Amino acid sequence: MLSRLVVVSAHGLKSSSPLGAGCYVVSRSLVQASRSLHTSSQSRAPLPPLPEKGGQVRHGIFPEEIFQLLYPKTGVTGPYMLGTGLLMYMLSKEIYVINHETFAAASIGAVIIYGVKKFGPSVAAFADKLNDDKVAKAQEVKDVSLTSLAQAIEDEKKEQWRVEGRAMLFDAKRNNVAMQLETNYRERLHMVTNEVKRRLDYQVALQNLHIQMEKEHMVKWVEKSVIGSITPQQEKESIAKCITDLKALARATQTSATA
Amino acid sequence: MADRPVPVIEKRLMDVKLGELGTWLGGRDFTPNGLLSAVRRGHDRYYNKYINVKKGGIGGIAMVLVGYVALSYLWEYDHIKHDRWRKYH
Repeated sequence: MLSRLVVVSAHGLKSSSPLGAGCYVVSRSLVQASRSLHTSSQSRAPLPPLPEKGGQVRHGIFPEEIFQLLYPKTGVTGPYMLGTGLLMYMLSKEIYVINHETFAAASIGAVIIYGVKKFGPSVAAFADKLNDDKVAKAQEVKDVSLTSLAQAIEDEKKEQWRVEGRAMLFDAKRNNVAMQLETNYRERLHMVTNEVKRRLDYQVALQNLHIQMEKEHMVKWVEKSVIGSITPQQEKESIAKCITDLKALARATQTSATA
Repeated sequence: MADRPVPVIEKRLMDVKLGELGTWLGGRDFTPNGLLSAVRRGHDRYYNKYINVKKGGIGGIAMVLVGYVALSYLWEYDHIKHDRWRKYH
């Protein structure tokens, strides 16, 4: 369990581990072959995932390999017998001497074992949670970048689809421009015809005016000459005739009124 | 798996026969660089087997501490000898 905390802190020095493995690889390859594929000690291959459980250890200090080694010959109790025998040998020959340090070691051992048994699982769970948080964060970064890239792919496809419609857009614009040109051309055509018609009308009016003025002038001249030709003698005669005619008319109406 | 003969020096210790042990020891690299690389290799093997795992146990450091205790007892034995209870065993 404490090794998990070591791992949590040692993962900060993670660079040493692949470098160490890489150095090991390079030294082996130098022993066996003079040519090597990798010229630097770093390899670009992705790291294999960490193993789930470490080497098995029984009673905290004895590796499981010893038990497996002795099992075919001595069965399950073999290593324990070996241990007991060794202990007895060391005690009897006083290769291990019992002195004040033994008592200290026993007390410390008891405290350590009690502590490990009691707090081991909770510390292990805590370290596991730290590791899981780190993994979750890395995973989240990966997921975020994956979703953003997928979104970018979608947007790109949409843009490609839009490009297909662009041809129609240009056709519509071209039609617009052609229509504008046509309209402009027709406007100018209208303007030209109007202007020409105005000038022609002016000429026609001018000619009419000439004719009319000539007519009027001629009439006036004729009138004037006729009036000029009436002599004063003729005028007196015409006035006397008019008076006699008027008198006759008045006698005629008087008689008709009294009758 | 013994398809081609491997020179003795390059075998692993467990594959060396007892008679070849002398030549094997003679061929090992005892230069300081060689010693350092051997220590590095040993450390890497132990580290990757017991500590650099997802769910390690107490065994990883407990074995290191027990080894430390045993080694220090061995180095102090000449001094501890004087605490013996009996002279003749």
